[in-house]
Amino acid sequence: MTAEEALLEEVRGLAAAVPDPEMPMVNLEDLGILRGVARDAEGTVTVTITPTYSGCPAMDAIRANIRERLAEHGHTRVRVRTELAPAWSTDRITAEGRRKLAEHGIAPPTGAAPAPGAALVPLSVRCPRCGAFTTRELSRFGSTACRALYVCESCREPFDHVKPL
Amino acid sequence: MNERGANAAATDTATIAYVLRLGDDALIASHRLGELVSRAPQLEEDVALANIALDLLGQARSLLTCAGRMEEQLTGVLRTEDDLAYLRDEQQFTNCRLVELPNTDFAHTIARQLLFSGYAFELYAALRDSADDTLAGIAGKAVKELSYHRDHAARWTVRLGDGTRESRERMKAGLDAAWPYTDELFAADQVTRSVSEAGTGVDPARLRPAWEEFLAQALSDAGLDWPETAPITGPGGMGGRDGVHTEAFGYLLAEMQHLHRSHPGAAW
Repeated sequence: MTAEEALLEEVRGLAAAVPDPEMPMVNLEDLGILRGVARDAEGTVTVTITPTYSGCPAMDAIRANIRERLAEHGHTRVRVRTELAPAWSTDRITAEGRRKLAEHGIAPPTGAAPAPGAALVPLSVRCPRCGAFTTRELSRFGSTACRALYVCESCREPFDHVKPL
Repeated sequence: MNERGANAAATDTATIAYVLRLGDDALIASHRLGELVSRAPQLEEDVALANIALDLLGQARSLLTCAGRMEEQLTGVLRTEDDLAYLRDEQQFTNCRLVELPNTDFAHTIARQLLFSGYAFELYAALRDSADDTLAGIAGKAVKELSYHRDHAARWTVRLGDGTRESRERMKAGLDAAWPYTDELFAADQVTRSVSEAGTGVDPARLRPAWEEFLAQALSDAGLDWPETAPITGPGGMGGRDGVHTEAFGYLLAEMQHLHRSHPGAAW
């Protein structure tokens, strides 16, 4: 591995480990929103990320946190670039990310992301607390853009679900 | 300037105007929904409308930024998303009049959302194939979000239309009030002709059959009739795309822009 490759791998690892500001149990790698890392001839590092939703208000915090984390490790010439295409989808959340979400009481997305315009029929969502499948959608829009509000008919607990997108 | 150069410049002007329209539609639709934060009939609905407004605001930011950058390439002067949102006057906004219609009551809001998000869904589905990569990228995200928005509106249309006598009358009144402003969504002009020829935009008339099909299904599920109120055009047959708006729009802009204009450059 060349020095350049080692440096990019280090930067990538640092950016990947930045936690999501709204769901700090998962990081940028888990959510699949880190797209890549590059360095130009002048030594400026570019980190490319993609938003989950167009209006995701966490993007500014994510950009600031990436810069801060890299600065702590001596990388001060950093640019964070936002890329829209290809559009993010919940399919990009890693298996590790899904496991962490469920462990913290947020039901991960079920099944593959629907094609736009396809009937939005939610598959059974498993209660992250008691494991029952007898759950009900309370509201398709929850505490953040990417989540819906559910309630478990078995243990009666409400919970968030990352809705397929 | 040779002939090809002149054509390219003309296309650029049209593309900028087109992207600006889409940005204005999203911005004003978002602002109207934002007015309902803390005023929706239920807590869950408050959260839903705020989330939809946030998606639209995100789309507006991308579109206005894109329009500003395209314009900079042509004129050398950059207008940021904030310049475009806060420092233009009423006649310079080219959003369709549908999105500026006042909330009035919840059924009016749902009717406006049903008609607009049904249209915007078809628009962004088509724009995924735009020859402009930035626009195609914005559309690729927006279409997924609009898919949730129009479903939200369609479900409420059923609940209200097929609910009580009161909710049904209100839903009908909401649709009757918004319907006269729907023709404008599908009207062609110099700008749409130019962008659809260039492949950057779409001919809006092309979107109408799918929109009508979606609407027919939603209305039939709700047991509602097709609205029959006559189209309303502004003076001289002009409308929102020409910068001619409804009376309610001036009040909306006054509220939306006053902080920024009173305290230029203020930041959180």
